[in-house]
Amino acid sequence: MSLTNETALARIEQQAPHFIVHHEISHDSLLSIETTREQIIDFLQFLRDDEMMRCNFLTTLCAVHYPEQEGREMAIVYHLHNWMDNFRMRLKVFLPISDPSIPTATTVWLSANWMERQEYDFFGINFTGHPNLVRILNVDDMEVFPMRKEYKLEDGTRTDKDDRFFGREGNFEQRFDI
Amino acid sequence: MTNVSEMPEGYGGEGFFATSLSKAVGLARANSIWPLPFATSCCGIEFMATMGTDYDLARFGMERLSFSPRQADLLMVMGTIAKKMGPILRQVYVQMAEPKWVIAVGACASSGGIFDSYSVLQGIDKVIPVDVYVPGCPPRPEQIIDGIMKIQELVKNEPLRRRHSPEYQHLLEKYQIA
Repeated sequence: MSLTNETALARIEQQAPHFIVHHEISHDSLLSIETTREQIIDFLQFLRDDEMMRCNFLTTLCAVHYPEQEGREMAIVYHLHNWMDNFRMRLKVFLPISDPSIPTATTVWLSANWMERQEYDFFGINFTGHPNLVRILNVDDMEVFPMRKEYKLEDGTRTDKDDRFFGREGNFEQRFDI
Repeated sequence: MTNVSEMPEGYGGEGFFATSLSKAVGLARANSIWPLPFATSCCGIEFMATMGTDYDLARFGMERLSFSPRQADLLMVMGTIAKKMGPILRQVYVQMAEPKWVIAVGACASSGGIFDSYSVLQGIDKVIPVDVYVPGCPPRPEQIIDGIMKIQELVKNEPLRRRHSPEYQHLLEKYQIA
């Protein structure tokens, strides 16, 4: 029997309801389940090893910064893929920005190694137990986590551009008279 | 046989021609430049067209591309240089033997181009001195050839002692290149 969002959710609710903090079918019709950092590794393990879920592949692991959500600013998002049934699902864990640490998923999938390094590099997520948590894409001596919203995308050393045309002056409403 | 390049100023007669050493050397250098292509993105593709039969950069004495900086005269930087690439580009420049010239091909190499971003070097002249800038995103092969011809003009007219001049030493010191 092929997995669907409904059968998958039913299976999780039957086998391991304690993992679910919140669930929804998101805008892209993927089953999204929120869990906690204490349970995430056990949950991933369950989804991989359960004979019906069989999510054998970690498609991606990424972080999102929501500065307006106090106490749950950092989201870690896992996308899983069951190759046998071609079923995909999403897991989310929200963390406070004051303590953005979460256990490493490298204990479940080795492929999480570089993905977690990337999220450390850009968002400063501390994956506890990661074998080599150092920057992977940015220059080694970078001092910030550039994808956090408080940092500008633009480079301060730019010399050839008129600031008015590139959003570095005034606010949006002033610039466009709205 | 037609002249492939103009005769320098000098005094000539039946069976002899006299000119200054620097003009003769300049003529030889300008028509035997060995370029090192440092191609990182789409400008590099335009460069490949420039090297191809339609545009044929070999007409300018550039039959041989040098893929070792130690045997190159002209560093052609074509494409976006990320900040992480900056020290590598600088190292390549340092390894080239004098006299050496640099051409920045395209908007990214010249100024960062559309990548006004924390991760992109805002023009290669932040790390190495540049002789000629070629605008365009990417520039057409004609524009690259125009830039090359400007380089040839520089090479032809450069005094032999220029590389020992205090101005040149000062320029290198500004880039912290000994």
